[in-house]
Amino acid sequence: MPPALPIPASKLCESCRSTRALISRPKTHQKLCRLCFLATFESEIHATIVSTNLFTRGSRVAIGASGGKDSTVLASVLKTLNERYDYGVEFVLLSIDEGIKGYRDDSLETVKRNAVQYGMELAIVSYKELYGWSMDSVVESIGKKGNCTYCGVFRRQALDRGAERLGINHVVTGHNADDIAETVLMNLLRGDLPRLHRCTSIITSSTSSPIARSKPLKYAYEKEIVLYALHKKLDYFSTECIYSPEAFRGSARTLIKALEKVRPSAILDIVRSGEAFSTMIPTQAQTLDARPPQESGVEADIGDGDAGCSNGGAGRSSGGEMEVMEKALVAEMSGLETQIIPTPYIAPGKPKKTKQTPKKIREQKMSNCTRCGYLTSQKLCKACTLLEGLNKNRPKTVVEVEAEIEDEEASSSLRRGMEAIKLAEEVIMS
Amino acid sequence: MGEQHDSSPNGVHSKPVTLDVEFSGGLETLFSSQRSHRIQIPAKDDSEQPANLGFLVRYLCENLMKDKRKELFVLEDRIRPGILVLINDVDWELEGEEEYLVQDDDTILFVSTLHGG
Repeated sequence: MPPALPIPASKLCESCRSTRALISRPKTHQKLCRLCFLATFESEIHATIVSTNLFTRGSRVAIGASGGKDSTVLASVLKTLNERYDYGVEFVLLSIDEGIKGYRDDSLETVKRNAVQYGMELAIVSYKELYGWSMDSVVESIGKKGNCTYCGVFRRQALDRGAERLGINHVVTGHNADDIAETVLMNLLRGDLPRLHRCTSIITSSTSSPIARSKPLKYAYEKEIVLYALHKKLDYFSTECIYSPEAFRGSARTLIKALEKVRPSAILDIVRSGEAFSTMIPTQAQTLDARPPQESGVEADIGDGDAGCSNGGAGRSSGGEMEVMEKALVAEMSGLETQIIPTPYIAPGKPKKTKQTPKKIREQKMSNCTRCGYLTSQKLCKACTLLEGLNKNRPKTVVEVEAEIEDEEASSSLRRGMEAIKLAEEVIMS
Repeated sequence: MGEQHDSSPNGVHSKPVTLDVEFSGGLETLFSSQRSHRIQIPAKDDSEQPANLGFLVRYLCENLMKDKRKELFVLEDRIRPGILVLINDVDWELEGEEEYLVQDDDTILFVSTLHGG
């Protein structure tokens, strides 16, 4: 429908100069109409893909799809670009069913519709089928505290296994610039240089997984992703994970959004700062796990947007009867990466860290988990270690849960926290 | 401003404004899990100024939002950063944000960007 009145020049799209502008771009303050915005957004993603040689013609690539805005926009844009620029890539949707009623079951319905809309194959891998435990049953057993650690470990492996089943060695995820800025800030605030180094790279492949992960939306603002979804009328799902706590990442997110309000370029500036830092980090520190054991879950690697867990899972300390698993996990962690402690680069951090003594340099040897065959540096992989605890503690758990009802939150979680710290120290000292 | 004029409560002098207010991206859960609301608001605010978007936001908090967690929608009396506002599909940043004077039959969409991806 042609506009009845001429549009004042100040309201016109700054690109085509013929249609009314609908969007003010956060990066540039450029005012664009709907079509020019969609085209610009797509061409920027294309530029990222081309400049980093992200895809190889003839390959199959899995899109980690949660049904949320980021992965839905990612799938839509990749389909568009693949057709427009003839990448010659076959994209497949890969979803993880954590088994969270009222959350994942609904969002999976969205992914199923997306698969039809985009004409893509869809594979769903469930925790229940892989591990015998849904997150609902894990939470029933261990409580809400610390459940993100389980979900994170399980998800990483589930995505790998899903990709493997599909014969695929590259998974793309919907991490956006805001997610990465958050992660950069969190890693800075924790003094975690190895993760600071890793979190900005567009593609990560590690010795612990044969499957590469990449983030084609790493320079895309969350605002533009949501506007893209709105203006393209994409079908996406938005509800928070019912188990996710809004801890550290929540605070980082609030800060990022407040900064964006005052200075929209701040988000990309933080991403760029993270990239610049990573070139300055000495190679020794790049492979070191600088976080205290309780915190060094897997979250920073996988938890910021991967197939759904985008705000939760600050991977923070353990609760419940996780101590046993923590112990095993810590053992697993310490062997995961070459342990060289460049003392000057470790922030003093929490008191418990001051007791840390330099660990022996240990060569990382990857082999197959003796139980499930997944690549690991220990006898048992992280998922199997957690599962062993879950399965073993099943009867004990019932008692634990009852005890928790009596003395509720404070005292019991404090005691457990202290136990976990003590245990971690023992592990470090030993 | 209108101190001597204390006998004029909201909207006595002019017809209320009728608006379509929509919530998305997870915000609907704060507003009775309903995406669209057709509402009427007074044409003037408490200080007799024509109703603008800032006034609409305060009005929504006081009258439409049943959820107690106001901070998920407003922080320090302004829309929480990370929530996008579209006025008839146009980014409110192009329309003067809180200063925009609402018109009859406007569609105001609030979208959260803060939820999982």
